[in-house]
Amino acid sequence: MALLELRKIAKNFGAIRALDEVDLRVEPGQVLGLMGDNGAGKSTLVKIIAGNFRATSGAIMLNDEEVHFHRPIEARKNGIEVVYQDLALCDNLTAAANVFLGRELKRKIGPLRILNYSAMYARAGALFGELKSETRPRDLVRQMSGGQRQAVAIARARLTDSQIVLMDEPTAAISVRQVVEVLDLIRRLRDQNVAVLLVSHRMPDVFAVADRIMVMRRGRKVADKAISDSSPEEVTGLITGAIEAA
Amino acid sequence: MAQDVETQAGGNVAIKDMLHNKEATWLQIMLSSQPFWITMSVLAIVVVMSFVNENFLSTGNFFNITRNFSFIAVMAVGMTTVIITAGIDLSVGSTLGLVAMASAVTISNGYPMEAAIAVGIATSLAVGFVNGVLIAHLRLSPFIVTLGTLSIARSLTLILTGATPVTLRRVGEEADRFREALAGTPLGVSTPVWVLLVLTIVVAFMLRYTAWGRHVYAIGGNEQAARLNGVPVDQVKVSVYMLSALTAGISGLLVLAWAGSALSNFGQTWELRVIASTVIGGANLMGGVGSAYGGVIGAALIEIIRNSLLLAGVNTFWQGTFVGLFILFAVLLEKVRK
Repeated sequence: MALLELRKIAKNFGAIRALDEVDLRVEPGQVLGLMGDNGAGKSTLVKIIAGNFRATSGAIMLNDEEVHFHRPIEARKNGIEVVYQDLALCDNLTAAANVFLGRELKRKIGPLRILNYSAMYARAGALFGELKSETRPRDLVRQMSGGQRQAVAIARARLTDSQIVLMDEPTAAISVRQVVEVLDLIRRLRDQNVAVLLVSHRMPDVFAVADRIMVMRRGRKVADKAISDSSPEEVTGLITGAIEAA
Repeated sequence: MAQDVETQAGGNVAIKDMLHNKEATWLQIMLSSQPFWITMSVLAIVVVMSFVNENFLSTGNFFNITRNFSFIAVMAVGMTTVIITAGIDLSVGSTLGLVAMASAVTISNGYPMEAAIAVGIATSLAVGFVNGVLIAHLRLSPFIVTLGTLSIARSLTLILTGATPVTLRRVGEEADRFREALAGTPLGVSTPVWVLLVLTIVVAFMLRYTAWGRHVYAIGGNEQAARLNGVPVDQVKVSVYMLSALTAGISGLLVLAWAGSALSNFGQTWELRVIASTVIGGANLMGGVGSAYGGVIGAALIEIIRNSLLLAGVNTFWQGTFVGLFILFAVLLEKVRK
């Protein structure tokens, strides 16, 4: 059974057709690598799943039920978490504050509901521990390294029992060592039966962790197959158009 | 101490996660905070002035300073929340004028004091709501929107009475009650100071301990990120402009009660003093940084400089220069601290 299924998703921006009847399926515990050149429609597709954009036509099915997300928060409520390319962090807040942004833990004092700092610090610390990250909950994000910032964004996606984690170029701007850590994390998510949609330009990363690969070109899906049936050469050909479809 | 709390709540916390608790001590946090240094400046001026002029520390002068700066500081508390979201509210001075005039007209027409206060508060909230909706929902520039409402509110103030002042003296019992209630001195401290104290504590608490406060800072830090993470950005923005206008309204009522009459130029250019106070107190116009106390201490510094120059016999024309220098000093201080 597909956890998430897109049926004939299309998106127009004015006269430009960014997505042209794209189908997509991803199952629990599966890592789907989504590849394509700049402007192929990957980010648009992710933004539609995440609730940032609405599709011009087509249907999004989650656990075989059609869903409509008007805002990112609605997708999140349905178990879809996003790690954005720019990580969507507030530099002026602490790591813990970023992890809990928009879903702060509160406790009641009389009629007041106030922020539960200690619980948030503890939970964020535990999440960083699971990620084997040295990120500290009380540190300001402004003072952090690229890898630590990545850990904050990923910890945020693991805050709830998310079913699907969308990752937009998670390895684009970090060190080699951090890339290894992020790929490990993706495997850990998969082992916990989470579906991961990995949007990436980096062929080695996709081939290292993905179970399936989907290639897009000019708003259309040109391939969708098991990673074992493909090769970096074939994918390169598909991305550039040297190979029409596979 | 913190260890117990964390172990209890998390269970899964390693010792190394605890070690950093030491890293930022209270002393370090204090030394790196702009309000701390401004507080030190205020105290330094007080010490110096107590030697320069014996009247400086007199009860009468102290009373004057605290009351005068309260009118600005009350608004600075509201303005701070706006500035933390990377916004600006230029309309507070005009809102103050409009509220004072509207309340004065209400009361001088024989309505009870409560009605006058209600009219004033409602007027201020209406201005804040218009500001907030135009800025948050129509995504217009805060600078331009509040420049517009600055002009409109001032114009409405003039229209209300044809620029004629409205006095609260000898117009009846309700006017007297109003003045007693808002311009009194309970426990030897003037009412504006009490109002300021309560307001500062409430807003400081909200900024630090509520999700709303967290969201105010988040919007100033990275509005797009806040939106993506489900922060109700538009509602929070409307709320800060309404809070800012509300503080202008409160200040308008206090000024009206103290002056005993409403003039159509009440609050004119005060927005600049309010913004200066928040900036001196550590708020950053780029957003994400600021505190309620900072706005208050910034306002206190400006008033103390004015008062000191007056008592030291310096020509009052120099006041602007000194206040301006302190604004520049505050901005430089912020650079140096980083």
